[in-house]
Amino acid sequence: MASVEFQNISKSFGAFVAVPDISFQIADGEFICLLGPSGCGKTTSLRMIAGLETPSSGRVMIGGRDVTYLHPKDRGISMVFQDYALYPHMNIADNIAYPLKVRGEQETRRHARAKEVADVLKIGDLLKRLPSQISGGQQQRTSLARALVYPSEVYLFDEPLSNLDAKLRLEARGFLNHLQRDMGMTAVYVTHDQAEAMALATRIAVMDKGRIVQFAPPIEIYRRPATTFVANFVGNPPMNLVPVEVSIGEGALLLRANGLQLAPIALTDVIAKAAKSGRMTLGVRPEHLRIAVAGDQNVVSGELFANENMGPESLVTLERGDNGRVTARIFTDDEIKVGTSVHLAFDARHITLFDDSGARIPAADER
Amino acid sequence: MRKAPNIFMRRTVFSAAATFLGTVFALPLVWFVFAPFNARAELGLAIPSPFTLSNFATVFQNTFAMQALLNSLIQAAGGVVLVGAAATLAAYALSRSPIPGKGAVTYILLLFSSVVSGSAAMVPIFLIISAAGLIDTHLAVILVFAGGLLPTAMFILRDFIDAIPRSYEESAMVAGASPLQAFFDVALPVIRPGIVVVLVWAFVNIWGSFLIPFILLRSDKLMPASVAIYSFYSEAGTPIVTLLAAYSLIYSLPVVALYLFVNWKFGFRFFGGIKS
Ligand SMILES: Nc1ncnc2c1ncn2[C@@H]1O[C@H](COP(=O)(O)OP(=O)(O)OP(=O)(O)O)[C@@H](O)[C@H]1O
Ligand SMILES: [Mg+2]
Repeated sequence: MASVEFQNISKSFGAFVAVPDISFQIADGEFICLLGPSGCGKTTSLRMIAGLETPSSGRVMIGGRDVTYLHPKDRGISMVFQDYALYPHMNIADNIAYPLKVRGEQETRRHARAKEVADVLKIGDLLKRLPSQISGGQQQRTSLARALVYPSEVYLFDEPLSNLDAKLRLEARGFLNHLQRDMGMTAVYVTHDQAEAMALATRIAVMDKGRIVQFAPPIEIYRRPATTFVANFVGNPPMNLVPVEVSIGEGALLLRANGLQLAPIALTDVIAKAAKSGRMTLGVRPEHLRIAVAGDQNVVSGELFANENMGPESLVTLERGDNGRVTARIFTDDEIKVGTSVHLAFDARHITLFDDSGARIPAADER
Repeated sequence: MRKAPNIFMRRTVFSAAATFLGTVFALPLVWFVFAPFNARAELGLAIPSPFTLSNFATVFQNTFAMQALLNSLIQAAGGVVLVGAAATLAAYALSRSPIPGKGAVTYILLLFSSVVSGSAAMVPIFLIISAAGLIDTHLAVILVFAGGLLPTAMFILRDFIDAIPRSYEESAMVAGASPLQAFFDVALPVIRPGIVVVLVWAFVNIWGSFLIPFILLRSDKLMPASVAIYSFYSEAGTPIVTLLAAYSLIYSLPVVALYLFVNWKFGFRFFGGIKS
């Protein structure tokens, strides 16, 4: 296992800048998730660690060694490709065992090892087939098995579970989680799925347009999203963001928006400074909203837009006049009819404020 | 439903036209199959009676004609191996490496190839070959064919390789393979169908070619079959149809056999393994 470091990495394809400037450090044994929308440079970053793409500038270090110009085979990595990249002329067993073959392992030994890994991923009885003769999900697991069949310094995963059904995905996720705890693998894991990132990562890097917006442990990302972008990306469903007009009155911050009734918020220096622009964004997580009762201080009201029953809980979405919707995740047996008015309440401590530029304003109780 | 007679008419006319065209093209082939077995074959079509193998017996006794078949095989095999190996390596490099201006190189080569194997270049080719002291050798024929066919072969193969995702080799290299291992273990098997197409194409080209060996070779014992066919003419220059027919059939068999073999052995394309 080894550490990974990006030092001022940039990458352009011709005139197109895919990654402007990234620096980060991943400690030995960390499981990092790269999270971000399509086209934000996740695969490109991963490929630069793998050595399949040469950075336009900057240095890549693995285990303290400068590997920027080192051939992929000499980096001690294994990788699951977004498009699987199985060898079409080899059967599943040979595909999985190929890394052992180039390492000079003898045939019976490497096939035994391939079978072991394949069994764990439930493709043990497909070993004689060609990649074209198995399903997409099975191909993806073959690709995963090929990456896990030999010990590596760094494991690179490019959306390795994207094509699995919900149950298999949970199982495979559990398996990876177990591997990580068991052998402390260093891994960089690309995903669109924030739940996957939350479950697996020791730290999450949220990326946007080739930049890392926030790099922090999952709980930190969840509790203190650095920007509205992160807030909007993490959580299921993501945080409700309500643009508000702000003013300062009687030594407190007053927020105004359609359908919003809010107790004044205590001023700090930072809040006062951010309030000068007159605009902020109010963030509240769906799971922090509940049906309002008389006496609630912070309430958002509107007409019911949708009510989705998810089993134990419901997703209740209301529409506040003409500007935007607010979703709540609540436990309720009550049948609320679409079109009726709904009042949702939340506690002041669950409020996150973002300034005009979208950056989070630290709350009063933070340093 | 009212349209039914109309469709029927059109089908009939179409079928009649297709039959006529088919017959026109089939007649020479029918002759080609029947004449070798007819001891009194003429240029006209006739069903052999009696059915005989005597034409073949005569051809097989003709040592010059038999040696010519062997020569054809040597020259074709040599050319095919050379073209196949060189085109594969060159096309792979042109497709995968980031050489600037590689597109232009391919097109210029392609432009020149039609010149090199064309009859316009016969004089310079003859001069070059004779300066190299290679006149009247198999090697001369092989080299000239290889030179003429290579650019087109490279072009076809490069297109084929361009269409194959790089992730195949990339995943091999990440798994620990050197570029050479990635090429032989993964890339080569995947591009093999393309290579086979080029090999067959080169073989057919060399096998059927007359002008180049005719000019570059002198001694009878080196002449390929395409030239040797001329030995089945009488002194007066009229063809001895019976022998000509039998020899032609033998001469065409390797090409047919090659096609059938390739179709049986490689007649499928690799696919799969990449998420589409
Ligand atoms: N070889 C290339 N040439 C030109 N542009 C490229 C190349 N590879 C990637 N890009 C561009 O770089 C950007 C980042 O691509 P990348 O594949 O890293 O995205 P991603 O975050 O992995 O997206 P996804 O989640 O859809 O896989 C994209 O805008 C893409 O179009
Ligand atoms: Mg990607």
